[in-house]
Amino acid sequence: MKMGFTRAQLAAFVVMLAVIGLSPMVVYPVFLMKVMCFALFACAFNLLIGYVGLLSFGHAAYFGMGAYVSAYAAKTWGFSAELSVLAGALTGGVLGAVFGLIAIRRQGIYFSMITLALAQLTYFLCTQFAFTGGEDGIQQVPRAPVLGFTSMQDDMAIYWLVAGVFVVGFLLIFRIIHSPFGQVLKAIRENEPRAISLGYRVDDYKLIAFVLSTAIAGAAGGVKSLVFGIATLTDVTWQASGEIVLTTLLGGLGTIFGPVIGAVIINTLEFYLSPFGSWVTVTQGVIFVLCVMAFRRGVIGELGAKLKVSL
Amino acid sequence: MLMVLGYNIGPLLAQSLLGLINGAFYALLSLGLAVIFGLLNIINFAHGALYMLGAVVSWVLLNHVGLGYWPSLVIAPLIVGAFGIVLEKLFISKLYKLDHLYGLLLTFGIALIVEGLARNEFGSSGMAYAVPESLRGATKLGFMIMPTYRVWVVVASFVVCITTWLVLEKTSIGATLRAATENAALVQSFGVNVPRLITLTYGAGVALAAFAGVMAAPVYSVNPNMGSNVIIIVFAVVVIGGMGSILGSILTGFGLGLLEGFTKFLYPQGSGVVVFVLMIIVLLTRPAGLFGKAT
Repeated sequence: MKMGFTRAQLAAFVVMLAVIGLSPMVVYPVFLMKVMCFALFACAFNLLIGYVGLLSFGHAAYFGMGAYVSAYAAKTWGFSAELSVLAGALTGGVLGAVFGLIAIRRQGIYFSMITLALAQLTYFLCTQFAFTGGEDGIQQVPRAPVLGFTSMQDDMAIYWLVAGVFVVGFLLIFRIIHSPFGQVLKAIRENEPRAISLGYRVDDYKLIAFVLSTAIAGAAGGVKSLVFGIATLTDVTWQASGEIVLTTLLGGLGTIFGPVIGAVIINTLEFYLSPFGSWVTVTQGVIFVLCVMAFRRGVIGELGAKLKVSL
Repeated sequence: MLMVLGYNIGPLLAQSLLGLINGAFYALLSLGLAVIFGLLNIINFAHGALYMLGAVVSWVLLNHVGLGYWPSLVIAPLIVGAFGIVLEKLFISKLYKLDHLYGLLLTFGIALIVEGLARNEFGSSGMAYAVPESLRGATKLGFMIMPTYRVWVVVASFVVCITTWLVLEKTSIGATLRAATENAALVQSFGVNVPRLITLTYGAGVALAAFAGVMAAPVYSVNPNMGSNVIIIVFAVVVIGGMGSILGSILTGFGLGLLEGFTKFLYPQGSGVVVFVLMIIVLLTRPAGLFGKAT
């Protein structure tokens, strides 16, 4: 059961599990659940930027659509919690397959612009579709029981569901990165023409990575809609896409634990800054500039460099 | 009424003229993006925010300094252009040796700062900017009433776009710029100060965005969010046209505005998405863009 963890990573993973297990005693569980949703979302995004070198600037589309479909499935079709989350993951994956096919036709900056434009298209469609509820969103999503019997009404009950989805998603991404498939992804990131000349069908690899990432993002969105009982346009906006880029950049692109730490920092900042309105946006912008100018490895990247381990 | 083959085409013409106005802004903005991308190799995500800044500066000039539309049309782009030069010197110039993606991330951060500060200062509701006296009134065209100011927007943007193209294609400074786009190191070895050229190019591209912003102020109201709404569409425009050709980005900008106008007439719900749909079609059939060179 080593799964390819190094000793330092295993230690960090154990610490993370301990924090997930113990922190609800001191921190408001709903806040922790929000952090875990965004941490999983950021880990999914990091799979692309950190390990394939693809900057998707429209990842909110998959997160947000996952949230919508999960919410709809739970509320209208009466799906149980785990099936709703699966429906969200499936939605993210299918949407990612379609958009991925289009976007991987261009590289680098163009890829980013295309994913952004496709996400904006999704946003427009969400304002038009009847099932999204327009400006109101889907409200009063029930917290359906898991497997049909465990009640989810209590915050702590659903907390363990969220924690479970997060840990499974986190381990899945870790496994993907350290599989032979993941090694090919890293080869594409380092030198795409060489990977092609070695006989790898680069586009297929990119597309599979893209779909994996968007499916996990969809699951994260689905979990979020169950926790808060609401799915709205907010999660589909370009601002939400930008925020997840920031979260991952701050934590450390291409690090295992960076996106998690990034989600903790960004969500904490937002919590304390939310009374100040637009200053949240300004602060996010400043963090972007600081990270790009002086701090490109991010928190975990810097820490890992200092300790000479990869985290 | 204007009848063609038994159809009244008046509303169609009216919508396409309105579409041309949006197209004028798309053209000005994508032109600036293309010029900047050509030399700096970065996508300027702050372009929309600087377009908004142009409009805001002209509003401030009018309401706090007492300078009207015409002086603003020159002064606001100069102010914003100077701001752009500072940005390039302080931040962007430090990133040329890194992956292009960092340029995108940095300018995105700058866009957030500029927009957030503007929202703090002016709120999210729009501020009206009156049409200058000399351009008020309208012409009756039989099938529609055409406000003079809108005609001015289309004509002025077209002239500015074509002038920019002529400067790039026909003058010696344009030749130097194009040469530097191809091979900066070689041009530098001929004694051209390439870093300064890059700085000035960024300033000029940003000034174009601000110019568009000043022109937009009387059409739409001055709103801190106006830039982010338009920049994503302009990105799609740039993907459709391909950034290889200056003339191409001008044509694509105006053309897509027209297309939006047509769509508004034929299928109003589709006008918000038509640009994105066309982008998908172009990517599937001609991935390099209509005017782009295959890479």
